[in-house]
Amino acid sequence: MTDALRMPRRDFVKALGGGVLVLVSLPPALTGAAPGPEQGRGYPTDVNAYLHIAEDGTVTLYSGKIEMGQGVVTSLSQMAAEELGVALGAMRIVMGDTATCPWDAGTWGSMTTRFFGPAVRAAAAQARLLLTDLASRRLGVPRAQLSVEEGVVFVTGHRDRRVTYGELARGQLITHTVDERAVLKAAREFAVMGRSPKRLDGAEKVTGAAKYAADIRLPGMLYARIVRPPAHGATPRGLDTSAAQAMAGVTVVNRDGLVAVLAPDPETAERALRLVRSEWDIPAPPFDTESVYDHLVQAAPNARTTESAGDLEAGRQGAARTFDVTYRHPYVAHAPMEPHVALAEPKDGKLTVWASTQSPFGLQGQIARATGLRVEDVRVITPYVGGGFGGKSSGPQGVEAARLALAAGRPVQVAWTRAEEFFYDTFDPAAVVRLISGIDAAGHITLWDYQVYGAGDRATEVFYDVPNKRVRIAGSWGGEGSGPAAGAARYHLFGVGPWRAPGANTNRFAAEQQVDAMAAAAGMDALEFRLRNTTDQRMLRVLRAVAEASGWRPGVAPRRESRGRGLACGIDAGSYVAHVAEVTVDRATGAVQVERVVCAQDMGIVVNPDGARMQMEGCVTMGLGYSLSEEVRFEGGRVDTASFATYPLPRFSWVPRIETVLVPNDALAPQGGGEPAIVCMGAVVANAIFDATGARMLRLPMTPERVLAEMRRV
Amino acid sequence: MRDTIRFRLNGAPVSLETDGTRTLLWVLRTDLELTGTKYGCGEGLCGSCTVLVDGRAVHSCQTPLAAVQGKDVTTIEGLARGGRLDPLQQAFHDEGALQCGYCTPGMILGARALLAANPHPTREQIVRGMEGHLCRCGAHQRIVAAIETASGRRGGRDD
Ligand code: FES
Ligand code: FES
Repeated sequence: MTDALRMPRRDFVKALGGGVLVLVSLPPALTGAAPGPEQGRGYPTDVNAYLHIAEDGTVTLYSGKIEMGQGVVTSLSQMAAEELGVALGAMRIVMGDTATCPWDAGTWGSMTTRFFGPAVRAAAAQARLLLTDLASRRLGVPRAQLSVEEGVVFVTGHRDRRVTYGELARGQLITHTVDERAVLKAAREFAVMGRSPKRLDGAEKVTGAAKYAADIRLPGMLYARIVRPPAHGATPRGLDTSAAQAMAGVTVVNRDGLVAVLAPDPETAERALRLVRSEWDIPAPPFDTESVYDHLVQAAPNARTTESAGDLEAGRQGAARTFDVTYRHPYVAHAPMEPHVALAEPKDGKLTVWASTQSPFGLQGQIARATGLRVEDVRVITPYVGGGFGGKSSGPQGVEAARLALAAGRPVQVAWTRAEEFFYDTFDPAAVVRLISGIDAAGHITLWDYQVYGAGDRATEVFYDVPNKRVRIAGSWGGEGSGPAAGAARYHLFGVGPWRAPGANTNRFAAEQQVDAMAAAAGMDALEFRLRNTTDQRMLRVLRAVAEASGWRPGVAPRRESRGRGLACGIDAGSYVAHVAEVTVDRATGAVQVERVVCAQDMGIVVNPDGARMQMEGCVTMGLGYSLSEEVRFEGGRVDTASFATYPLPRFSWVPRIETVLVPNDALAPQGGGEPAIVCMGAVVANAIFDATGARMLRLPMTPERVLAEMRRV
Repeated sequence: MRDTIRFRLNGAPVSLETDGTRTLLWVLRTDLELTGTKYGCGEGLCGSCTVLVDGRAVHSCQTPLAAVQGKDVTTIEGLARGGRLDPLQQAFHDEGALQCGYCTPGMILGARALLAANPHPTREQIVRGMEGHLCRCGAHQRIVAAIETASGRRGGRDD
């Protein structure tokens, strides 16, 4: 590795003043940071984390990750504090600023703790070694005789022979690079990790002091509203901005297809936008909410096989019963409470952009490409993000703000309205699963022929012991077949992208219902059936844990008592989850009330148990939405559900009693926690509805009308 | 159109020379630079923009400025008094009743109005009272617990 790559930018080091700076350089495989186009620009892209110990003892962690509610400000600080041997209160964290933080691919995929965590822990562990080396020289004793506690190094057994980290850092300008895994503490040694301090961002968030991108104010800033088409795929036919132009204080920008009004306050901008007359040609809708599923199957790209074993035909022959079922999942919106926002400030040929984004470095590159500026002349700063769930992985609003700011020569804020948010969202793609399976007379699964269209492969691994199996994936939320510009076939009419545990919700919805149906057909208890069909120890443990916590009593579904319970399990982001849900179904209306959800999760070492539970509860609650109500309705490129009035999110009265169980597994490094607990929600609710009514819900969401219709068929 | 709008904001008098048909949300966020009040939908459908007007919760995105003439407006910035958090703010912090925090100001002010009208609500009443507030992160269970804690009823997840 060259020195140039190993050195952070000199001005950054200078700006830090003295002290000790530790850089961590772990291979991409460990950090999930696949090399991207942003590399190779003279920036220390191989460095995953910086940890700086200032001369006053302040410890600052610089991370390209962002905080969008998942609690990483707290958990990353805990990891650094633990390995470094300082109190949590001594930590500061700077996140998502491209000028001061090391390059990072983006915050998604439950990777922060899993892959970035090791880098942080390594940096901190290395810093501790470095500081104790300095202390050993200073105190004149070998390192082995030193102890560290709360930022103080002392001779073991002689607490008065001591020196603080701040004293050690004073007068130093040490830059140290770690390129192998340092020795990390074992779980039993933890003093800061494994505990649940209050969220470090909590105080700011309850007082309104926390700043989000829309809260940044600059002198002379303008608020933009952008002229939008009525449908995706529409082409402009006529435009008249003269009335808006005539308004006092309003500027109209019309450049390369971007038409916007700029005004000194958002309401004037809104009024000006209403004065703009635009006409559009809208192509005839090729498909809509109902017909999209046929389209997905017909237009699917070639499937790839991710798993196969045995002989499907033999499996079919040997089965006492076979099941051939098709499941459907609609487009689902991210709908974070904070819509996409960016504020761009042009100065001296450079741009600073504050943006709600999950990928500050990705956005930096996007803006550079769109504006012709050099990457190093674009700085992206990420304040707190008001929810992302995958929906802020790309940053079109940042590009819009950048272009408008350059055109206006003044700071410009682009804040999407709720309707724009619903229109330009990169939805969780609509998807179809066809699953053919079989069981023998003893209740063993003998056949599993799984084909998914549009959702990708996440959470499709077959952890049941099936001798004859095949898993085929055609189309995904990313890469091939995703995004409006993906080839002539136009698989989707609008943007699609990662949505909390991308594709896994579709895949578990199908797989775990199918397993449930097979158990019922075999006349077996759903838990017993699963226990009989897997030998995966982690899965067995979460299944037993959820059964115990929920008070599961053996019984065969469906019991058809209007009350029902369901079970489902899965693997996601390295974590294992199992859920039990209890529901009541109103036989007159088909309305489903989820009364209780118990979720057991094995996520390896738990950095912050309460934070982990918060994420699990959030997953369960968010999962109610795609289970019961959320569906993007559309006709061709026109989105008909662009408001909370037509796109209902889970509300207080929907929320069940949620009980979370963390299944201990301290032998395993921390695994993902922000996504796994959502992946079974569709299936577990569907299975409970089946138990309550005998109706199989094969299409999401399970609205009252659909539940009623299925109940009438049984 | 210019109007003179006077009201008390977080305990202090303000006077604005502006168009009284403007929306309270945007006046707070831009003219007064109190950005704790959030935009979530602009349609009265999410509760993110909730503020207190004479102690009652209103959607500031649906409130014309003229409607607060002579009234008392409280935003999230005005809830802590003398450096002490309001019991609800404290309870939200203690119970971890937030994740991204974007819905939080509206939630806390909605809950403040709820408790003002009914100091010891049942869980049922809390759920009904907060029904208009959306939280995409799914912090609901802890928000209910926080409101219970602040109301003096022992909160917590298991009743
Ligand atoms: S922003 Fe006012 S209710 Fe949503
Ligand atoms: S905490 Fe994120 S929307 Fe409620």
